[in-house]
Amino acid sequence: MAITGEQGALNGAELGLSQAEPGDYFALLKPRVMSLVVFTAFVGMIIAPGTIHPFLGMVSILCIAVGAGASGALNMWYDADIDAVMSRTASRPVPAGRVGPSEALAFGLVLSAFSILTLGLLVNWLSAALLAFTIFFYVVIYTMWLKRSTPQNIVIGGAAGALPPMIGWACVTGSVSWESFVLFLMIFLWTPPHFWALALFKQGDYHKAGVPMLPNVAGVKSTKRQIFVYAIITALVGVLPYWMGFASAAYGILATGLGLGFVWYAYKVLRMSPADEKMKPAKAMFGFSLIYLFALFATLLVDGLTQGAGA
Amino acid sequence: MIERVDLTDQQKRARRRRSIALALVLAALVVLFYVATIVKFGPAILDRAL
Repeated sequence: MAITGEQGALNGAELGLSQAEPGDYFALLKPRVMSLVVFTAFVGMIIAPGTIHPFLGMVSILCIAVGAGASGALNMWYDADIDAVMSRTASRPVPAGRVGPSEALAFGLVLSAFSILTLGLLVNWLSAALLAFTIFFYVVIYTMWLKRSTPQNIVIGGAAGALPPMIGWACVTGSVSWESFVLFLMIFLWTPPHFWALALFKQGDYHKAGVPMLPNVAGVKSTKRQIFVYAIITALVGVLPYWMGFASAAYGILATGLGLGFVWYAYKVLRMSPADEKMKPAKAMFGFSLIYLFALFATLLVDGLTQGAGA
Repeated sequence: MIERVDLTDQQKRARRRRSIALALVLAALVVLFYVATIVKFGPAILDRAL
């Protein structure tokens, strides 16, 4: 053995043994994405008709969070090469060398299996199957296949991020319904304008990494137009919970106002000058899109809680 | 020749923290499945002939 220290001992530093801290493994779970997943899944659970034991409700949320985190870890394992060249992702544990690729892979696989089995055994198998499908879709369909091959990556891949409220709903009811499908659609349609706004002002990064995001492939003009069209459809679908009768009039008013705001920000992106290098409207659209989705789901949550208290 | 690995201080510290984190997660899982069993089957699960 070439790497030897004193008295024939192997040198841990030169062997490159892991220096990963628990925090690095936590970072593999993409905690910010996980928080959105937890929130939307929780809303799905609260507004679903029926009840679930509070402890099992907590277990459901934990499993959904860990499952989402596991898919994040698998995504970071597979995407380490492109994460390394993008400023936004270069400091992630795998490209930064703090966690080895095989460690990230094992971590993601073990957590996936654990979260799916626990949800199935303790809650119900439909929600476990939906969680398994979500992880599969995000890792295999989006990360491994679509992300590097088509500018429509985010449109189709968005389905993975849109499923958590449906899983939350299924945890309570043991089924899926049109209402839960509308919750899915709200996030599914919101995802493209949200990410394309980011892709506009991070175009250089995506180009460097060779990821075919819409602005890099179809051009800025086409992207702006598509953001605008998606924003209109997103705003219309945002009001559906009120029209379908599972959200209050207050929600309807708020969703209409926020939807108009969403379209207005998209319009400002559409009118953004090609000479605008700072792309402030795109940054504003990205910021507002986060507020938009959070506010709609928070209102649905309040609706669900007040209806539950009144029942 | 005795082959062993001399870890650096940082590697030892990181390993210790990982071990503690893993122990805490395992302990939490024990509590989770214990409570979940009682919730799913009811307290009668504890009332059995030994």
